[in-house]
Amino acid sequence: MKAQLTSLLGWVDERFPLTSSWKAHLSEYYAPKNFNFWYFFGSLALLVLVLQIVTGIFLTMHYKPDAALNASGVPVAFASVEYIMRDVPWGWMIRYMHSTGASAFFLVVYLHMFRGLLYGSYRKPRELIWLFGMFIFLMLMAEAFFGYLLPWGQMSFWGAQVIVNLFSAIPLIGPDLSLWLRGDFVVGDATLNRFFAFHVIAVPLVLVGLVAAHILALHEVGSNNPDGIEIKKKKDANGIPLDGIPFHPYYTVKDIVGVVVFLMVFSVIMFFMPEFGGYFLEYNNFFPADPLVTPPHIAPVWYFTPYYSMLRAVTVNFFWIDAKFWGVVAMGGGVVILLFLPWLDRSPVKSIRYKGPIFKGAVAIFVACFFILGYLGMLAPTPMRTLVSQICTLLYFAFFLLMPIYSQLDKCKPEPERVTGK
Amino acid sequence: MKKLVFVLLFAPLLAFAAGVELHLDKAPDKAGDMAALQNGAKVFVNYCLNCHSASYMRYNRLRDLGLSEDQIRDNLMFTTDKVGDLMRISMQRAEAKAWFGAAPPDLTIIARARASEFGSGSDWLYTYLRGFYRDDKRPTGWNNVVFENVGMPHALWELQGQQVMGEGHKLSIAKPGKLKPEEYDALVADLVGYLQYMAEPVAQTRKQLGVIVLIALGILFVFAYALKREFWKDVH
Repeated sequence: MKAQLTSLLGWVDERFPLTSSWKAHLSEYYAPKNFNFWYFFGSLALLVLVLQIVTGIFLTMHYKPDAALNASGVPVAFASVEYIMRDVPWGWMIRYMHSTGASAFFLVVYLHMFRGLLYGSYRKPRELIWLFGMFIFLMLMAEAFFGYLLPWGQMSFWGAQVIVNLFSAIPLIGPDLSLWLRGDFVVGDATLNRFFAFHVIAVPLVLVGLVAAHILALHEVGSNNPDGIEIKKKKDANGIPLDGIPFHPYYTVKDIVGVVVFLMVFSVIMFFMPEFGGYFLEYNNFFPADPLVTPPHIAPVWYFTPYYSMLRAVTVNFFWIDAKFWGVVAMGGGVVILLFLPWLDRSPVKSIRYKGPIFKGAVAIFVACFFILGYLGMLAPTPMRTLVSQICTLLYFAFFLLMPIYSQLDKCKPEPERVTGK
Repeated sequence: MKKLVFVLLFAPLLAFAAGVELHLDKAPDKAGDMAALQNGAKVFVNYCLNCHSASYMRYNRLRDLGLSEDQIRDNLMFTTDKVGDLMRISMQRAEAKAWFGAAPPDLTIIARARASEFGSGSDWLYTYLRGFYRDDKRPTGWNNVVFENVGMPHALWELQGQQVMGEGHKLSIAKPGKLKPEEYDALVADLVGYLQYMAEPVAQTRKQLGVIVLIALGILFVFAYALKREFWKDVH
């Protein structure tokens, strides 16, 4: 039996790079041995991606992207979600996994990106990994935005209305552009159906491709680590990095521990507080979409609120163009500026462990601004709040735009020769 | 020092005190109390399910509350004779809109939709259903303390009686109804408990299953951690 299996493997290997891929990406991919807590979030992001795809496939079996009203005067799409919650066996669990998974996705991706920021994982030679990762982040935002319309609740409808209307602020082409995006003069059935198409096939396809590129690029250059030094510089006689250990089995068994802890946190939310106090499932979204009733306060889900705050922070017209347009520019710029991080950081060291007080202080202010912007994005604006979000938006951009200067001025410590402990 | 810096960084958040406050009475928790939920279901089908539908809820789902299909058919069904039917109503929405100014909303998940930072959806409903008072300026003759200028007249007025708004926004009974105030509060509590149940019938199952899943993951954690320790013994 064993001999037969070996010969089958040989047969496959002559026709497909099975054993060689296994070695290149798992059993002989050498990862630094000093990964810490922050390094769990890459594999967790992959786990959540799979979770969202699998639960999503099952949801599409009963979900109906139809804005028409049923006999009871409820939109079919909205009613189909409640049908899943009540009449489809285990439908409630699949749906809660998907809705909790959306927030979990952003949580792990934000933490994953923050890890890159802490340890300079975007620096040469890993610029492309960072770029692919940023495109994943952009696609993830698109995916979340399209998906949020599908339950066809009040927040789904008015959130999409607000965001699509932003495009109308673009000079000259704006109004036609937003009409083209909606496929109608208001968010309606055409919008719902095209968002469904984008959400279930177009964007996931691009996402999966980008994730593959992200991992291939990572495995080409090798992983960074909390010390920000290259383990490939010190190799043994066999060409294996002295500080490297094979990803499988070392990090597979370690990541399983991370996965179990993550699933525990996930389960606490999913089984005991699926709405998460209105942050994961907004209360107002339990009202079906009604184009005639504008909610008094429209707020996006928590993961968009930092950028939503930037949008609202711009209140002045520049060059005779409406403030709304510049708000869109600020919001888009806030995301796009992350793309340039590899070229903005001029520090002689990669990891924050060896960077000086200026960079550490800048990161602390940046994180605080991000949280404050996120918090303010959930609240209705007041003059005081707008002022604070304006200051935080400026500091957010200053963190990036001034980085080429302050990262060079900083007093860094020397990097170690070999990786250190935790 | 680090902590102090951290606290100072987030100090601007203190500048945002909440604006408008909505005071809600806490609704008694009736989850799992079958007698209360059955009574709530009875009040619901008798008083609410004429103008309001519950169009995602099937009659036979009420077996969750310890009722048999025959009991449901004999006591709770007025609009259909098929126990697997949804709780629909025959009032036309367009006509309802003409009569009340707005079509009465579907109530299946109203207890989830009415939640806010001021309290749960049950709290809102419990306060709302006890907060009707006479107001001659309104076409129906009724107004409400948590839903200003509400389109709905007080459907339970025979039971509660008629309240009036007095000095300092205080409500008092002007004409008593069939029930004493504490009896009325208990009835509303049952009704709200039922609405809470109907908004998510699976809520109790979900929590019970959650406990089992967490215990299973806890056991898995022990093995996963031991496995990791074993493999990492030789990494220094």
